[in-house]
Amino acid sequence: MIPMNAQAIEVMRKVRIGRRRRWALVTAALAVLSLALCAAMLLLGNTFYPVRDVLAVLAGEEIQGATFAVRTVRLPRMLAGLLAGFAFGVAGYTFQTMLRNPLANPNVIGITSGSSAAAVFCIIVLQSNKAVTSIVAVIAGLLTAVLLYVLAQGRSFSIGRLILIGIGVQAMCNSLISYLLLIGGEHQIPAAVRWLTGSLNGVKMEEMTPLLLASLLLLPLMLALGRPLAMLELGEQAAAALGVPTDRVRVMLMIAAVVLSAIATSVTGPIASVALLAGPIANRLVGIGGSNLLPAGLVGAVLVMAADLVGQFAFPVKYPAGIVTAIIGAPYLLYLLVRMNRKGKF
Amino acid sequence: MLRSRSLPKQLPMMLGLILALLVLSIIASLMFGARSLTLQEWISGLVHPDADNYAASVVEKRVIRTLFGLCCGAALGTAGVLMQSVTRNPLTDPSILGVNMGAALFVVCGMAFFQIMSPYQYIGFALAGALLTAIFVFGIGSMGRGGATPLKLVLAGAATSAAFSSLVTAVMLSRSFVMNQYRYWQVGSVGAGTWETLLLMLPFLLAGIALAVMIAPALNAMALGDEAAAGLGVKTGLFRAVAVFVGIVLCGVTTAVAGPIGFVGLLAPHVIRMLMGADVRLLVPLSALAGAIILTVSDVIGRLAGRPGELEVGIVTAFVGAPLLIILAMRAKV
Repeated sequence: MIPMNAQAIEVMRKVRIGRRRRWALVTAALAVLSLALCAAMLLLGNTFYPVRDVLAVLAGEEIQGATFAVRTVRLPRMLAGLLAGFAFGVAGYTFQTMLRNPLANPNVIGITSGSSAAAVFCIIVLQSNKAVTSIVAVIAGLLTAVLLYVLAQGRSFSIGRLILIGIGVQAMCNSLISYLLLIGGEHQIPAAVRWLTGSLNGVKMEEMTPLLLASLLLLPLMLALGRPLAMLELGEQAAAALGVPTDRVRVMLMIAAVVLSAIATSVTGPIASVALLAGPIANRLVGIGGSNLLPAGLVGAVLVMAADLVGQFAFPVKYPAGIVTAIIGAPYLLYLLVRMNRKGKF
Repeated sequence: MLRSRSLPKQLPMMLGLILALLVLSIIASLMFGARSLTLQEWISGLVHPDADNYAASVVEKRVIRTLFGLCCGAALGTAGVLMQSVTRNPLTDPSILGVNMGAALFVVCGMAFFQIMSPYQYIGFALAGALLTAIFVFGIGSMGRGGATPLKLVLAGAATSAAFSSLVTAVMLSRSFVMNQYRYWQVGSVGAGTWETLLLMLPFLLAGIALAVMIAPALNAMALGDEAAAGLGVKTGLFRAVAVFVGIVLCGVTTAVAGPIGFVGLLAPHVIRMLMGADVRLLVPLSALAGAIILTVSDVIGRLAGRPGELEVGIVTAFVGAPLLIILAMRAKV
């Protein structure tokens, strides 16, 4: 340990307090922004209902027209955007922090396409119902993650190899999905296409239950593991030295992140780039050096809801949220590659 | 310029094997399809192609389709060898580098904004897209220390592909006429070939393969490293530029007439290299043959697996080719 005088300790204390203050400020601002977007999603639509009516409907009153629009169409859409966005953000941040690479997230390394392929298989070949499909998708996501991890071992585990293998796995899963869509019956296609492009269109209230339950169960767990996760970012040995049970933390976090994002995907489909963007944006806003899990989740929710609003209202044609986020995310991905190449990270 | 290396002993046997496979795949492609023909119908269709009956028209369609598939496969196989040799990177393939998707994006933009319709225009737009995308991806992939490593190139290609495919979707979603045209162009794959597109593509293919054969000895020398090649009197810059250009033109033209087909350019050279070693002079012609076989067989599989419709050949090649990418990635030092 380097000997520290009182002055240095004082400086460090101030830095830490400053970070904590900034974290609280940013988190509060993001929460306010999320609430504003939630309100916008309830208020905007084909017909505008006054705030009073919307509140009355939410409180349980029946108002001609408004009840259907708000309770059946807009409320599930808003909840799906909020919860799925939060889930994608949290899962992406977890992977990025755990693997110490901004490229690592369930979409890029092919876990999402593993669950999608399994889900489409269930829908088209086994003709199973929604619940079974979601469970199989979650299990397939976990299996894909394990498979990727095993395949990426080689001589020594490397993120680069993991990502390359992920690209291959993704190509295979996508071709399998195309095949299944081709042999599928006309009436099964809409349910299957849900797994291909992320969108909040036509989300129903009863589909929200598993996502709500998973969020209630897993988010507190992940937030509690946020501190050990931040220590993992310092490196395996440093974290172990600080008393973090690294393997257990890593396995728990990975399972939680995969399960959460697979369930969210079963509701909205894979909304591209949110898992990629949320973590870096949160880190940029708050600064690194602690757990930014909560802000990353909020950034994810803000991204999905904003993308949905833009897709619905900004253009003459309606775009699904997943296309909007893909177009925002793609330049960032390229920028990230350029920056990582310059720094000689590969 | 270069002392020619002796050819491997197993060459005649392997050549015989490859030619036999080629003949078998052609026969399979002529026989199988959404509707299987009896042997009698098939023979009468082949012998009397002008006869005005159902079998004759089916056989004629399949003849075009088979020739078209062979040409596309040969073009992609050659493009794969050239790109892998130039980058000294076993993971290179026009589809992995995003070149196919770049060509597709330009064609879709041409359909949407410039109302292009004819195969000539498709080829022009696809070539421009393929060239620009290749420059872009190589540019990003070779930044930083160590130049264009396999991982950097593949990542840059995958990211570019993802970006372009979401742009393609965005352009199409707002224009249903483009969506129909694109779907026909893409899904049509080798099934949409006509005598006209076949004749259009043939000069590119022949010139490309001829050029590739001519520069093969230089590429052999360059495999030893740029300095060694320069010591042997090879103008490395010139040959590299020619090889890249020919590779991009071949896959751009193929994409223009058949839609984006992936992984053939990755598979063909690897199979041949495994059987025959790394001599580029052999790799070029044999990979062209192997590419033709792979694409034709994949097309037959697509026709049989997708009955009563058919599965795009690109889907089949991705399913067969992606495992190779995974295996190569497991071995690669990254």
